[in-house]
Amino acid sequence: MTLTEPAAPGAIEGSSDFTGGLDIAAARPLRVDVWRRFKRNRLAMVGLVLVVLLVLVAIFAPWIAPYGITERSSDFRQGPSSDHWFGTDGIGRDVFSRVVNGARVSVRIGFLATAMSLILGLVLGCLGGYFGGITDTLVMRLTDVFLAIPYTVLAVAIATVVGRSINSVILIIGLTGWLGIARIVRASFLSLKRLEYVEAAHALGFSRSRIIMRHILPNALQPIIVYGTIAVGSVILTEAALSFLGVGVQEPTPAWGLMVAQGKGNLVNAPHLMFFPGAAIFLTVLAFVFIGDGLRDALDPKLK
Amino acid sequence: MTSYIIRRLLLIIPTVFVALSFLFFLFFLLPGDPASLIAGGANRAIDQGVLDRINARYGLNDPIPVQFVHYWQRTIQWDLGESFLNRRSVNEILGERSINSIRLGIWAILIEIIVGIAVGLLAAIRRYSIADKLTTIITAGASAVPVFVLGFVLQYLFAVQPNKLGWPEWTKLRTSGLGPDTWTFFFIPTGEQWRYLILPAITLASVSTALLARMTRGSMLEVLRADYMRTARSKGLGERDVVIRHGLRNAMLPVVTLIGIDFGTVIGVAVLTETTFSWPGLGSEIVQAVGQRDLPVLLGLTLAVVLAYALINLVVDLSYAWFDPRIRLGEGENS
Repeated sequence: MTLTEPAAPGAIEGSSDFTGGLDIAAARPLRVDVWRRFKRNRLAMVGLVLVVLLVLVAIFAPWIAPYGITERSSDFRQGPSSDHWFGTDGIGRDVFSRVVNGARVSVRIGFLATAMSLILGLVLGCLGGYFGGITDTLVMRLTDVFLAIPYTVLAVAIATVVGRSINSVILIIGLTGWLGIARIVRASFLSLKRLEYVEAAHALGFSRSRIIMRHILPNALQPIIVYGTIAVGSVILTEAALSFLGVGVQEPTPAWGLMVAQGKGNLVNAPHLMFFPGAAIFLTVLAFVFIGDGLRDALDPKLK
Repeated sequence: MTSYIIRRLLLIIPTVFVALSFLFFLFFLLPGDPASLIAGGANRAIDQGVLDRINARYGLNDPIPVQFVHYWQRTIQWDLGESFLNRRSVNEILGERSINSIRLGIWAILIEIIVGIAVGLLAAIRRYSIADKLTTIITAGASAVPVFVLGFVLQYLFAVQPNKLGWPEWTKLRTSGLGPDTWTFFFIPTGEQWRYLILPAITLASVSTALLARMTRGSMLEVLRADYMRTARSKGLGERDVVIRHGLRNAMLPVVTLIGIDFGTVIGVAVLTETTFSWPGLGSEIVQAVGQRDLPVLLGLTLAVVLAYALINLVVDLSYAWFDPRIRLGEGENS
């Protein structure tokens, strides 16, 4: 996590550690402090370890998985065994290999869709919050309109139009996920742009883009970092939901939500079909929630 | 106050108009010809004459702007059209489905309010206790589990297992469908009905209950440190009075916001819950309508949901003034 140094006075308060007594004045970089507080949070560290593991699994998936994702054996819907750790699915594919490869799908969609909605939300939120007036009204009315449609309905409707590849799922979630971020960024900009140091920057004759990028944005980053971390988790949940409803990623791509959906008819005789991909989604999302919570507490110790 | 309400009500109109129009035009980007769908499916060879008659009947040959104007002319009179698939009146479908949605939603919200506030309150009062730490972990867990996975786990634990292990009849819950549809006072299930209701209601409530518990805990922790709490104690009030009358009411503001938003999400998330439990509500019907290109059903039901959502939001905003008399609505707001 890279955190930009506060570029101006009036930056993030409480960034120095007060337990040190005398060395309050010693200017330690903010990120060192944040990391120290983050490290003390056990749940957050569990989350971090899980995410690192997930990314490693995603990178090395082809070497970890003992079978191919479309490779079939003659055992259908077998429970877990030493040959097939997570059992086999309805057409004899190895569930473990598919769950491992599913990490790639989730990681890719999770990070790229979040990045896309972060960028969209940042740009629109900055524009609305900084310039105000008609730009602001337009951006806010746009978020109103899209927030008025229930999220699942909106995502499903767009998904039906855009298609069902991994990239279109990234597009759908990216295009629908920026609303919350835009609102947060706008709110921070509205309050920050009235502060004296911004006025000072204006008086010094800095350009608007410099003021936005170097003076306001770094101080508005805190809630965005927290929101963005948790958003990766919710994106993975949304992807699973879309796949489950049949408008997300398509067979034979090993998406976890799709695997749960395929297991739903076999709850009585083969619950493992649903359990393992379901647990994978759960652990992944949980990890991001833990990290997000840990970051929030570490970035703003006043809240704790 | 009155002018504030009127202004808010007027603002709903353009929002709903643009939202519904967006979905209307989105529909025309969908692959597949609606006429052949109405005639019985895209895969069969259909007589051109039949297609022409269908196109004429539903006005699908008109240019899109004309259809658009016709759509709004009908909709303003609350005539939602008829389903492309089975020619049922959308108003009728809406009436039938929304009752099921509302019943499920009421129970989910009740569970959310009772469990969420109670758990959050206890966690805040007994801070750092084991119960508090468990709350933190369980609420994080509940917000991380996909709704449909939770639904299947509950189905496995409360329907599959009791059958496998031969537990007594009353432990077996039902996992699919609406059930016998018997209710008293509109929303209290009677007889067999509760067995059909309980699992979907818990599943639907899970995410929002977890969020509400976290929100209540956080908000309560802040309030507990406030000066007026010390004043209340030093006045000699009992601890119960201090926490409930002085603490909880002040901590309610963000909590009420969340409950309001949850009325919306209950409908949004209900898509997944309803699909998992085959509960015949609005959410599952809307998603089916999208899949089947059934535009009148999609637009009609979404319109109802969007309107309900907007009105609930207004009520939530109005309730702020009741919870916190310091808030004056409509004065000096800039959003």
